[in-house]
Amino acid sequence: MKHRDARRLSLILLFTPFALWIALLIILPHIGMGVLSLREKVGPRQYEFGFGNYIEFAMEPIYWNTLLRTGWMSLFVTAITLVIGFPIAYYIAKIAGRRSRGALFLLCLVPLWVSDLIRAYGWILLLRETGIISGLLQWAGLASQPVEMLYNDAAVIVGLVYTVMLFMIVPLTSTLDGMDDAMIEAGYNLGGSRLTVLRRIIIPYAMPGIVSGCIIVFMLTAGSYLTPILLGGKNSSWFTETIYDQFITRYNWESGAAFGFLLLAFTSIVVWLGLRLSGQSLATTMARD
Amino acid sequence: MTAPEDTDLQCLGVCKNFGSVKAVQDVSLEIASGSFFSILGPSGCGKTTLMRMIAGFEEPSAGDIRIKGRSVLNVPPNRRNVKMVFQHLALFPMMNVFENIAYGLRCQGLDKAEIRRRVHDVLERIALPDVADREIHQLSGGQKQRIAIARCMVLDPDVLLLDEPLGALDLKLREAMKIELKLLQHQFNTTFVYITHDQSEALVMSDNVAVMNNGRFEQVGTPQELYHKPASAFVAGFVGDANRWNGRLEAISGQTATVGTDGGLSVRCSVANGETLRAGSPVELFVRPEFIHLERTAKTGGKDALSGVVDSLLFNGANSRALVRAESSDLIEADITLTGGTDDIKPGERVHLSWAPENALCFPASGPAA
Repeated sequence: MKHRDARRLSLILLFTPFALWIALLIILPHIGMGVLSLREKVGPRQYEFGFGNYIEFAMEPIYWNTLLRTGWMSLFVTAITLVIGFPIAYYIAKIAGRRSRGALFLLCLVPLWVSDLIRAYGWILLLRETGIISGLLQWAGLASQPVEMLYNDAAVIVGLVYTVMLFMIVPLTSTLDGMDDAMIEAGYNLGGSRLTVLRRIIIPYAMPGIVSGCIIVFMLTAGSYLTPILLGGKNSSWFTETIYDQFITRYNWESGAAFGFLLLAFTSIVVWLGLRLSGQSLATTMARD
Repeated sequence: MTAPEDTDLQCLGVCKNFGSVKAVQDVSLEIASGSFFSILGPSGCGKTTLMRMIAGFEEPSAGDIRIKGRSVLNVPPNRRNVKMVFQHLALFPMMNVFENIAYGLRCQGLDKAEIRRRVHDVLERIALPDVADREIHQLSGGQKQRIAIARCMVLDPDVLLLDEPLGALDLKLREAMKIELKLLQHQFNTTFVYITHDQSEALVMSDNVAVMNNGRFEQVGTPQELYHKPASAFVAGFVGDANRWNGRLEAISGQTATVGTDGGLSVRCSVANGETLRAGSPVELFVRPEFIHLERTAKTGGKDALSGVVDSLLFNGANSRALVRAESSDLIEADITLTGGTDDIKPGERVHLSWAPENALCFPASGPAA
């Protein structure tokens, strides 16, 4: 009896930090925000229950255009990250030797040691009018005057891809690492060309890793704030910026909370659609044997 | 050399070096169409490297590999008509049984109806007609084995390579699969090249066996030849069980010699074919347990005999053994029959051991062999 109590106690103790974290920092604030988003301001310090904040969003094209734009750009960033990350992950997991594998993985981790802000400023140093690339182009005679490469969509995408790359490479590498090399060889042995082996064997096998990497990258991108603001400038039109504006600039917490929920709902729907289209479930992508 | 159409696979002086390591050295072989050929050797002897060269995953450093008489050295693995059953089978877990078997046919670009017909045909032949829609993880070990073979055989390969595919199975299933593999080979009438470190698998199934050690072929022959006429000390020790003694050659006349073992026995034996030995040279002596007669009372008639005390009995049904400690303190294994009756040999009994000199083989000492 005592033994069982002790076991139960240790289980509770182990579980408590996680439960507290979820309850206090995720569930509680979201309930608060949910309540907040359903309050309509009818007069100074006077509020009523209603869907006014959500209706306001639907009525104003600039809001949902920004949300859609954020969604498309995030999907684009996810796709680019996948296309660049897959060969890297494949190289680390399958081609690199045992010893260089660790070093390569570490190289992927190095950018994480520097804060987001510093990394964004790194890009600014490279891309701004008086920056390194502009200078190089002028020195090489390819440009006659300083070139501004910041504050456009391309700069935002480059910065975001760079920031989230690691979160694509890690799940991909671990899935590909679990793949028996004999499976690839069997693919060739049975008559498959390189393309067939990639299309019919490697990609289907790596699908759980691909999907989980894409989910993480998409969520991080759609919810990112610093990189789009710093690299995209005033006209980056990222949805998080709109939320920030509502909270801080316009001091309209009710509408900001509603927008926050809309972003959450939107990204959740995209992820759900992605899972449906790829035939994966959240369980198979997140918890692999 | 036989005509090319009778041989499916030829290796001519094949070598493979990894840096300074010589994994395969000057291996030549020729396998007749429709036969079951095994390559037997301890792990690390280069047999897997040889097989990977035949399949095209490794380039030989020297020599030539010919399939149906044509050199395949510059042919990539996916264009060689040599299919391989991998050690862990490498079935594709994301496809079901039908898709696994259809994969190779799809690569050949056959139409759907033809693929369907051929997949069901091969499933019929391996006696698993109803598993087409199953997932791989729903199959038993033996079924997976057969699907892996069917996946290759559906493509009508010139040669089927099998890389220790029975290693992962439990003993009972392994015994059953040995017979099954042999039957499948007869049924498909395709050349099988089977790689194993398990000598009983090689002996039971093969028409011919090559014994490989340190990257070389020690001997190629039928299982009977390997067992009864081993060409080297390594083969004698590796194929089947044997009592092995180190000793010195005392006298030699023709094919018969007398050897004094390090343990103090003096044994008459025959010298293996083609070996030239001089008196005084170090030798290794092999006597198989089944050739040793164990009796309570000595009766010698042209046989070598010695006496000892039964140290212990190793009961294993029909393959029971007695460990006899001879007066020279050597421990000798001899096959005995234990019926369970009161007449059985018991530990501590004094017994006489004898064997015919032609059943004791001696070889020049090769140093420490496996």
